[in-house]
Amino acid sequence: MPSPIEQRGYAHPEVLVSTDWVEQHLKDPKVRFIESNEDTLLYSSGHIPGAVHVDWTADLNDQIRRDYITRQGFESLMSRIGAGNDTTVVFYGDKNNWWACYAFWIFQLFGHTNAKVMDGGRVKWLKENRPVSRDVPSYPSTAYKAAERQDAPHRAYRDDVLKHLEKQGQLVDVRSPEEYAGTRMHMPDYPNEGALRGGHIPGAKSIPWAKAINPEDGTFKPAAELKKLYCDDNKLSPGGDTIAYCRIGERSSHTWFALKYLLGFDKVRNYDGSWTEWGNMVGVPIEK
Amino acid sequence: MLAKLQQLVDMFQMFDTADRTQMLLSYADQFKDVPPEIARRPFPAAHQVPQCESDAYVWAVKKPDGTLQLYFAVENPSGVSAKALATILDKTLSGLPASDIATVTCDIVEKIFRQNISMGKGMGLMSMVNAVQTLARAAATS
Repeated sequence: MPSPIEQRGYAHPEVLVSTDWVEQHLKDPKVRFIESNEDTLLYSSGHIPGAVHVDWTADLNDQIRRDYITRQGFESLMSRIGAGNDTTVVFYGDKNNWWACYAFWIFQLFGHTNAKVMDGGRVKWLKENRPVSRDVPSYPSTAYKAAERQDAPHRAYRDDVLKHLEKQGQLVDVRSPEEYAGTRMHMPDYPNEGALRGGHIPGAKSIPWAKAINPEDGTFKPAAELKKLYCDDNKLSPGGDTIAYCRIGERSSHTWFALKYLLGFDKVRNYDGSWTEWGNMVGVPIEK
Repeated sequence: MLAKLQQLVDMFQMFDTADRTQMLLSYADQFKDVPPEIARRPFPAAHQVPQCESDAYVWAVKKPDGTLQLYFAVENPSGVSAKALATILDKTLSGLPASDIATVTCDIVEKIFRQNISMGKGMGLMSMVNAVQTLARAAATS
Protein backbone atom coordinates (compact mmCIF):
# COMPACT_ATOMS: atom_id res chain seq x y z
CA MET A 1 0.00 0.00 0.00
CA PRO A 2 1.68 3.27 -1.09
CA SER A 3 1.96 6.09 1.43
CA PRO A 4 -0.32 9.12 0.93
CA ILE A 5 1.00 11.41 -1.77
CA GLU A 6 1.44 14.32 0.59
CA GLN A 7 3.74 12.23 2.78
CA ARG A 8 6.11 11.14 0.04
CA GLY A 9 8.31 14.23 0.11
CA TYR A 10 7.67 15.38 -3.43
CA ALA A 11 8.71 18.83 -4.60
CA HIS A 12 5.28 19.37 -6.19
CA PRO A 13 2.86 16.90 -4.65
CA GLU A 14 -0.09 18.87 -5.98
CA VAL A 15 0.38 17.46 -9.51
CA LEU A 16 -0.27 13.89 -8.41
CA VAL A 17 -3.70 12.83 -7.19
CA SER A 18 -4.85 9.57 -5.67
CA THR A 19 -7.65 7.35 -6.88
CA ASP A 20 -9.52 8.40 -3.73
CA TRP A 21 -9.23 12.04 -4.72
CA VAL A 22 -10.47 11.26 -8.21
CA GLU A 23 -13.50 9.39 -6.93
CA GLN A 24 -14.30 12.28 -4.61
CA HIS A 25 -14.17 14.70 -7.53
CA LEU A 26 -16.09 12.70 -10.13
CA LYS A 27 -18.84 15.29 -10.24
CA ASP A 28 -16.67 18.35 -9.73
CA PRO A 29 -17.51 20.67 -12.65
CA LYS A 30 -14.10 22.32 -12.37
CA VAL A 31 -12.27 19.05 -13.07
CA ARG A 32 -11.99 17.20 -16.33
CA PHE A 33 -10.65 13.64 -16.31
CA ILE A 34 -8.74 12.67 -19.42
CA GLU A 35 -7.89 9.10 -20.35
CA SER A 36 -4.93 8.66 -22.66
CA ASN A 37 -3.90 5.14 -23.57
CA GLU A 38 -1.69 3.26 -25.92
CA ASP A 39 -4.55 0.83 -26.60
CA THR A 40 -7.32 2.89 -28.16
CA LEU A 41 -9.92 0.23 -27.39
CA LEU A 42 -9.52 0.56 -23.65
CA TYR A 43 -11.39 3.83 -23.11
CA SER A 44 -14.46 2.46 -24.88
CA SER A 45 -14.33 -0.72 -22.83
CA GLY A 46 -14.89 1.29 -19.67
CA HIS A 47 -13.47 4.47 -18.18
CA ILE A 48 -13.76 6.73 -15.18
CA PRO A 49 -17.32 8.10 -15.33
CA GLY A 50 -17.27 11.47 -17.01
CA ALA A 51 -13.75 11.06 -18.37
CA VAL A 52 -13.02 12.06 -21.94
CA HIS A 53 -10.70 10.29 -24.33
CA VAL A 54 -7.71 12.16 -25.70
CA ASP A 55 -5.78 10.01 -28.09
CA TRP A 56 -2.13 10.85 -28.52
CA THR A 57 -2.10 9.96 -32.20
CA ALA A 58 -5.42 11.39 -33.32
CA ASP A 59 -5.80 14.37 -30.99
CA LEU A 60 -2.34 15.59 -30.01
CA ASN A 61 -0.24 14.95 -33.10
CA ASP A 62 -0.08 17.02 -36.25
CA GLN A 63 -1.50 14.80 -38.96
CA ILE A 64 1.09 15.72 -41.57
CA ARG A 65 4.37 16.45 -39.84
CA ARG A 66 6.00 14.64 -36.96
CA ASP A 67 5.05 17.35 -34.50
CA TYR A 68 2.28 18.28 -32.14
CA ILE A 69 -0.87 20.29 -32.69
CA THR A 70 -0.84 24.05 -33.00
CA ARG A 71 -2.48 26.59 -30.78
CA GLN A 72 -5.65 26.41 -32.84
CA GLY A 73 -5.66 22.65 -32.59
CA PHE A 74 -5.25 22.82 -28.83
CA GLU A 75 -8.08 25.31 -28.51
CA SER A 76 -10.33 23.04 -30.56
CA LEU A 77 -9.38 20.07 -28.44
CA MET A 78 -10.06 21.87 -25.18
CA SER A 79 -13.37 23.13 -26.52
CA ARG A 80 -14.36 19.61 -27.56
CA ILE A 81 -13.64 18.18 -24.12
CA GLY A 82 -15.41 21.07 -22.44
CA ALA A 83 -12.33 22.35 -20.65
CA GLY A 84 -11.93 26.03 -19.90
CA ASN A 85 -8.80 27.95 -19.07
CA ASP A 86 -9.49 27.41 -15.39
CA THR A 87 -10.40 23.72 -15.63
CA THR A 88 -8.22 21.30 -13.72
CA VAL A 89 -7.37 18.46 -16.08
CA VAL A 90 -6.43 15.10 -14.58
CA PHE A 91 -4.70 12.54 -16.79
CA TYR A 92 -4.64 8.78 -16.38
CA GLY A 93 -4.20 5.82 -18.67
CA ASP A 94 -2.69 2.44 -19.36
CA LYS A 95 0.97 1.40 -19.43
CA ASN A 96 1.62 2.87 -15.99
CA ASN A 97 0.53 6.30 -17.19
CA TRP A 98 3.09 6.62 -20.02
CA TRP A 99 0.60 8.21 -22.36
CA ALA A 100 -1.08 10.15 -19.56
CA CYS A 101 2.29 11.75 -18.76
CA TYR A 102 2.90 12.30 -22.45
CA ALA A 103 -0.44 14.12 -22.79
CA PHE A 104 0.30 16.05 -19.58
CA TRP A 105 3.66 17.09 -21.11
CA ILE A 106 2.03 18.28 -24.34
CA PHE A 107 -0.48 20.31 -22.33
CA GLN A 108 2.50 22.06 -20.68
CA LEU A 109 3.73 23.15 -24.10
CA PHE A 110 0.53 25.20 -24.24
CA GLY A 111 0.87 26.43 -20.70
CA HIS A 112 -2.09 24.62 -19.18
CA THR A 113 -0.40 24.22 -15.83
CA ASN A 114 -3.61 23.36 -14.01
CA ALA A 115 -2.96 19.70 -14.68
CA LYS A 116 -2.49 16.55 -12.65
CA VAL A 117 -1.87 12.84 -13.07
CA MET A 118 -3.79 10.10 -11.25
CA ASP A 119 -1.26 7.96 -9.43
CA GLY A 120 -1.38 4.33 -10.52
CA GLY A 121 -3.35 5.02 -13.66
CA ARG A 122 -6.09 2.96 -15.16
CA VAL A 123 -5.01 -0.38 -13.77
CA LYS A 124 -5.06 0.83 -10.16
CA TRP A 125 -8.53 2.30 -10.65
CA LEU A 126 -9.84 -1.01 -11.98
CA LYS A 127 -8.03 -3.12 -9.38
CA GLU A 128 -9.71 -1.10 -6.67
CA ASN A 129 -13.11 -1.86 -8.26
CA ARG A 130 -13.94 1.81 -8.60
CA PRO A 131 -16.81 3.02 -10.81
CA VAL A 132 -16.45 2.48 -14.52
CA SER A 133 -18.70 3.64 -17.32
CA ARG A 134 -18.96 3.12 -21.05
CA ASP A 135 -21.00 6.29 -21.47
CA VAL A 136 -19.14 8.83 -23.54
CA PRO A 137 -19.80 12.21 -21.95
CA SER A 138 -20.67 15.28 -23.90
CA TYR A 139 -19.71 18.66 -22.52
CA PRO A 140 -20.67 22.12 -23.71
CA SER A 141 -18.03 23.64 -25.93
CA THR A 142 -15.76 26.19 -24.36
CA ALA A 143 -14.05 29.26 -25.71
CA TYR A 144 -10.60 28.16 -24.60
CA LYS A 145 -7.86 30.68 -25.26
CA ALA A 146 -4.50 29.04 -25.68
CA ALA A 147 -1.08 30.62 -25.74
CA GLU A 148 1.17 29.90 -28.68
CA ARG A 149 3.01 26.67 -28.11
CA GLN A 150 6.24 27.19 -26.17
CA ASP A 151 8.45 24.16 -26.63
CA ALA A 152 11.73 25.50 -25.26
CA PRO A 153 11.17 24.98 -21.51
CA HIS A 154 10.00 21.38 -21.86
CA ARG A 155 11.04 19.98 -25.20
CA ALA A 156 14.45 19.22 -26.65
CA TYR A 157 15.00 18.99 -30.36
CA ARG A 158 17.82 17.22 -32.12
CA ASP A 159 20.05 20.31 -32.22
CA ASP A 160 19.39 20.96 -28.55
CA VAL A 161 20.65 17.47 -27.79
CA LEU A 162 23.75 18.01 -29.93
CA LYS A 163 24.58 21.23 -28.02
CA HIS A 164 23.78 19.42 -24.75
CA LEU A 165 26.30 16.74 -25.69
CA GLU A 166 29.00 19.32 -26.28
CA LYS A 167 28.37 20.77 -22.82
CA GLN A 168 28.25 17.27 -21.31
CA GLY A 169 24.77 17.96 -20.04
CA GLN A 170 22.79 15.37 -18.09
CA LEU A 171 21.15 12.80 -20.37
CA VAL A 172 18.81 10.08 -19.20
CA ASP A 173 18.06 7.08 -21.38
CA VAL A 174 14.92 5.53 -19.91
CA ARG A 175 14.72 2.52 -22.25
CA SER A 176 15.45 -1.05 -21.31
CA PRO A 177 19.10 -1.95 -20.69
CA GLU A 178 19.09 -3.99 -23.91
CA GLU A 179 17.94 -1.00 -25.96
CA TYR A 180 20.54 1.18 -24.22
CA ALA A 181 23.27 -1.32 -25.04
CA GLY A 182 22.13 -1.67 -28.62
CA THR A 183 21.54 -5.41 -28.36
CA ARG A 184 17.87 -4.70 -29.01
CA MET A 185 16.46 -1.85 -31.07
CA HIS A 186 12.91 -1.93 -29.82
CA MET A 187 10.95 -2.56 -26.66
CA PRO A 188 10.34 -6.19 -25.86
CA ASP A 189 7.10 -7.33 -27.51
CA TYR A 190 7.02 -4.24 -29.71
CA PRO A 191 7.80 -4.10 -33.41
CA ASN A 192 11.16 -2.85 -34.60
CA GLU A 193 10.33 0.53 -36.05
CA GLY A 194 13.49 0.53 -38.05
CA ALA A 195 16.18 2.27 -36.05
CA LEU A 196 19.21 1.67 -38.20
CA ARG A 197 21.61 1.60 -35.32
CA GLY A 198 21.33 0.46 -31.73
CA GLY A 199 22.97 2.00 -28.69
CA HIS A 200 22.55 5.25 -26.80
CA ILE A 201 23.39 8.91 -26.99
CA PRO A 202 26.98 9.30 -25.68
CA GLY A 203 27.08 10.15 -22.01
CA ALA A 204 23.48 9.13 -21.33
CA LYS A 205 22.79 7.33 -18.08
CA SER A 206 20.70 4.18 -18.32
CA ILE A 207 17.83 4.63 -15.87
CA PRO A 208 14.85 2.58 -17.07
CA TRP A 209 11.58 4.42 -16.48
CA ALA A 210 10.04 1.56 -14.49
CA LYS A 211 12.50 2.08 -11.66
CA ALA A 212 10.45 5.16 -10.69
CA ILE A 213 7.31 3.19 -9.90
CA ASN A 214 6.08 0.51 -7.55
CA PRO A 215 5.47 -2.45 -9.89
CA GLU A 216 2.56 -3.84 -7.94
CA ASP A 217 0.29 -0.85 -8.56
CA GLY A 218 2.07 1.59 -10.86
CA THR A 219 2.26 4.35 -8.25
CA PHE A 220 5.31 6.57 -8.10
CA LYS A 221 7.92 5.79 -5.47
CA PRO A 222 8.48 8.31 -2.66
CA ALA A 223 10.93 11.17 -3.19
CA ALA A 224 13.62 9.56 -1.02
CA GLU A 225 13.72 6.49 -3.25
CA LEU A 226 13.62 8.56 -6.43
CA LYS A 227 16.46 10.71 -5.11
CA LYS A 228 18.54 7.62 -4.40
CA LEU A 229 17.84 6.29 -7.89
CA TYR A 230 18.49 9.42 -9.90
CA CYS A 231 20.78 11.55 -7.74
CA ASP A 232 22.74 9.18 -5.50
CA ASP A 233 23.09 6.10 -7.70
CA ASN A 234 23.26 7.92 -11.02
CA LYS A 235 24.76 11.23 -9.98
CA LEU A 236 22.15 13.46 -11.56
CA SER A 237 22.06 16.95 -10.10
CA PRO A 238 18.64 18.55 -9.61
CA GLY A 239 20.17 21.86 -10.61
CA GLY A 240 21.66 20.50 -13.82
CA ASP A 241 20.22 20.81 -17.32
CA THR A 242 18.66 17.40 -17.97
CA ILE A 243 17.23 15.79 -21.10
CA ALA A 244 15.35 12.49 -21.02
CA TYR A 245 14.66 10.31 -24.04
CA CYS A 246 13.42 6.87 -25.05
CA ARG A 247 11.97 5.75 -28.38
CA ILE A 248 9.41 8.45 -29.24
CA GLY A 249 9.19 10.23 -25.92
CA GLU A 250 6.42 8.19 -24.33
CA ARG A 251 8.45 6.57 -21.60
CA SER A 252 10.71 9.59 -21.19
CA SER A 253 7.74 11.88 -20.51
CA HIS A 254 7.00 9.61 -17.53
CA THR A 255 10.57 10.17 -16.30
CA TRP A 256 10.36 13.88 -17.16
CA PHE A 257 7.30 14.06 -14.89
CA ALA A 258 9.13 12.28 -12.06
CA LEU A 259 12.24 14.45 -12.30
CA LYS A 260 10.48 17.78 -12.71
CA TYR A 261 7.51 17.50 -10.39
CA LEU A 262 8.39 14.82 -7.90
CA LEU A 263 12.08 15.64 -7.42
CA GLY A 264 11.89 19.29 -8.41
CA PHE A 265 14.65 19.27 -11.03
CA ASP A 266 15.12 22.83 -12.22
CA LYS A 267 15.43 22.24 -15.94
CA VAL A 268 14.23 19.01 -17.53
CA ARG A 269 13.30 18.53 -21.14
CA ASN A 270 11.85 15.61 -23.05
CA TYR A 271 13.57 14.75 -26.32
CA ASP A 272 10.59 13.34 -28.19
CA GLY A 273 12.55 12.62 -31.35
CA SER A 274 14.30 10.11 -29.14
CA TRP A 275 15.84 6.95 -30.56
CA THR A 276 13.59 6.72 -33.60
CA GLU A 277 15.29 9.95 -34.66
CA TRP A 278 18.78 9.63 -33.20
CA GLY A 279 19.20 5.99 -34.19
CA ASN A 280 18.52 6.83 -37.83
CA MET A 281 20.21 10.18 -38.06
CA VAL A 282 23.18 10.80 -40.33
CA GLY A 283 26.26 12.18 -38.64
CA VAL A 284 25.47 11.84 -34.92
CA PRO A 285 27.55 9.82 -32.45
CA ILE A 286 26.27 6.65 -30.85
CA GLU A 287 27.71 4.74 -27.93
CA LYS A 288 27.18 1.07 -27.09
CA MET B 1 -11.67 -22.40 -46.78
CA LEU B 2 -12.05 -19.78 -44.04
CA ALA B 3 -15.23 -18.34 -45.41
CA LYS B 4 -16.69 -17.19 -42.08
CA LEU B 5 -13.48 -15.41 -41.15
CA GLN B 6 -13.27 -13.76 -44.56
CA GLN B 7 -16.87 -12.57 -44.25
CA LEU B 8 -16.06 -11.04 -40.91
CA VAL B 9 -12.91 -9.36 -42.23
CA ASP B 10 -14.92 -7.98 -45.17
CA MET B 11 -17.47 -6.61 -42.74
CA PHE B 12 -14.82 -4.89 -40.66
CA GLN B 13 -13.31 -3.31 -43.77
CA MET B 14 -16.54 -1.38 -44.21
CA PHE B 15 -16.64 0.04 -40.70
CA ASP B 16 -15.60 3.49 -39.67
CA THR B 17 -13.57 3.86 -36.48
CA ALA B 18 -16.54 4.21 -34.18
CA ASP B 19 -18.36 1.16 -35.57
CA ARG B 20 -15.17 -0.88 -35.47
CA THR B 21 -14.60 0.04 -31.85
CA GLN B 22 -18.13 -0.92 -30.87
CA MET B 23 -18.02 -4.20 -32.77
CA LEU B 24 -14.66 -5.13 -31.22
CA LEU B 25 -16.04 -4.34 -27.78
CA SER B 26 -19.05 -6.47 -28.51
CA TYR B 27 -16.79 -9.41 -29.36
CA ALA B 28 -14.69 -8.77 -26.27
CA ASP B 29 -17.85 -8.86 -24.16
CA GLN B 30 -18.69 -12.27 -25.61
CA PHE B 31 -15.36 -13.74 -24.60
CA LYS B 32 -15.58 -17.18 -23.02
CA ASP B 33 -12.83 -18.31 -20.72
CA VAL B 34 -11.32 -21.76 -21.26
CA PRO B 35 -13.51 -24.24 -19.36
CA PRO B 36 -11.95 -26.05 -16.39
CA GLU B 37 -12.28 -29.44 -18.09
CA ILE B 38 -9.81 -28.21 -20.70
CA ALA B 39 -7.38 -26.32 -18.48
CA ARG B 40 -7.11 -24.93 -14.97
CA ARG B 41 -4.96 -22.15 -13.56
CA PRO B 42 -2.04 -21.83 -13.42
CA PHE B 43 -1.97 -22.49 -17.14
CA PRO B 44 1.00 -24.28 -18.65
CA ALA B 45 3.58 -22.13 -20.36
CA ALA B 46 3.35 -24.33 -23.43
CA HIS B 47 -0.03 -22.78 -24.21
CA GLN B 48 0.98 -19.19 -23.55
CA VAL B 49 0.97 -16.88 -26.54
CA PRO B 50 4.47 -15.43 -26.86
CA GLN B 51 4.99 -11.66 -27.01
CA CYS B 52 1.47 -10.99 -25.82
CA GLU B 53 1.11 -8.32 -23.13
CA SER B 54 -2.42 -9.52 -22.46
CA ASP B 55 -1.04 -12.79 -21.11
CA ALA B 56 -3.15 -14.92 -23.43
CA TYR B 57 -3.27 -18.69 -23.74
CA VAL B 58 -4.69 -20.86 -26.50
CA TRP B 59 -5.69 -24.51 -26.82
CA ALA B 60 -6.86 -26.49 -29.87
CA VAL B 61 -8.73 -29.69 -29.07
CA LYS B 62 -9.38 -32.26 -31.77
CA LYS B 63 -12.96 -33.54 -31.84
CA PRO B 64 -13.95 -37.07 -32.94
CA ASP B 65 -14.98 -35.76 -36.37
CA GLY B 66 -11.46 -34.40 -36.93
CA THR B 67 -12.39 -30.76 -36.52
CA LEU B 68 -10.75 -28.47 -33.98
CA GLN B 69 -12.28 -26.55 -31.09
CA LEU B 70 -10.31 -23.53 -29.97
CA TYR B 71 -10.20 -22.29 -26.39
CA PHE B 72 -8.60 -19.16 -24.97
CA ALA B 73 -7.70 -17.50 -21.72
CA VAL B 74 -6.74 -13.83 -21.35
CA GLU B 75 -5.29 -13.13 -17.94
CA ASN B 76 -4.56 -9.40 -18.22
CA PRO B 77 -7.70 -7.42 -17.28
CA SER B 78 -6.70 -4.82 -19.89
CA GLY B 79 -6.63 -7.46 -22.60
CA VAL B 80 -9.78 -6.21 -24.32
CA SER B 81 -8.31 -6.52 -27.80
CA ALA B 82 -7.05 -10.01 -27.05
CA LYS B 83 -10.50 -11.06 -25.87
CA ALA B 84 -12.08 -9.60 -28.97
CA LEU B 85 -9.69 -11.48 -31.23
CA ALA B 86 -10.09 -14.69 -29.26
CA THR B 87 -13.86 -14.52 -29.69
CA ILE B 88 -13.52 -13.80 -33.39
CA LEU B 89 -11.14 -16.72 -33.91
CA ASP B 90 -13.38 -19.05 -31.93
CA LYS B 91 -16.54 -18.04 -33.76
CA THR B 92 -15.02 -18.24 -37.24
CA LEU B 93 -12.55 -21.11 -36.94
CA SER B 94 -13.73 -23.54 -34.28
CA GLY B 95 -15.41 -26.51 -35.90
CA LEU B 96 -13.26 -26.45 -39.03
CA PRO B 97 -10.72 -29.13 -39.99
CA ALA B 98 -7.26 -28.52 -38.56
CA SER B 99 -5.81 -28.29 -42.06
CA ASP B 100 -8.15 -25.40 -42.84
CA ILE B 101 -7.44 -23.53 -39.61
CA ALA B 102 -3.73 -23.91 -40.32
CA THR B 103 -4.13 -21.55 -43.28
CA VAL B 104 -5.07 -18.57 -41.10
CA THR B 105 -2.62 -15.69 -41.47
CA CYS B 106 -1.87 -12.81 -39.13
CA ASP B 107 -2.68 -10.12 -41.70
CA ILE B 108 -6.27 -10.40 -40.45
CA VAL B 109 -5.18 -8.47 -37.34
CA GLU B 110 -4.54 -5.24 -39.21
CA LYS B 111 -7.62 -5.72 -41.34
CA ILE B 112 -9.86 -6.16 -38.31
CA PHE B 113 -8.31 -3.74 -35.82
CA ARG B 114 -6.98 -0.97 -38.08
CA GLN B 115 -6.55 2.19 -36.01
CA ASN B 116 -7.50 0.27 -32.91
CA ILE B 117 -4.15 -1.46 -33.02
CA SER B 118 -1.63 -0.03 -30.68
CA MET B 119 2.03 -0.62 -31.17
CA GLY B 120 2.46 -3.30 -28.59
CA LYS B 121 -0.93 -4.87 -29.05
CA GLY B 122 -0.35 -5.51 -32.74
CA MET B 123 2.54 -7.87 -32.02
CA GLY B 124 0.61 -9.74 -29.37
CA LEU B 125 -2.50 -10.11 -31.51
CA MET B 126 -0.51 -11.42 -34.46
CA SER B 127 1.20 -13.78 -32.10
CA MET B 128 -2.22 -15.14 -31.06
CA VAL B 129 -3.07 -15.88 -34.67
CA ASN B 130 0.32 -17.52 -35.17
CA ALA B 131 -0.24 -19.63 -32.07
CA VAL B 132 -3.57 -20.86 -33.47
CA GLN B 133 -1.89 -21.62 -36.77
CA THR B 134 0.89 -23.56 -35.07
CA LEU B 135 -1.53 -25.63 -33.01
CA ALA B 136 -3.66 -26.34 -36.07
CA ARG B 137 -0.64 -27.46 -38.09
CA ALA B 138 0.40 -29.81 -35.32
CA ALA B 139 -3.13 -31.23 -35.10
CA ALA B 140 -3.32 -31.66 -38.86
CA THR B 141 -0.23 -33.81 -38.94
CA SER B 142 -0.95 -35.87 -35.83
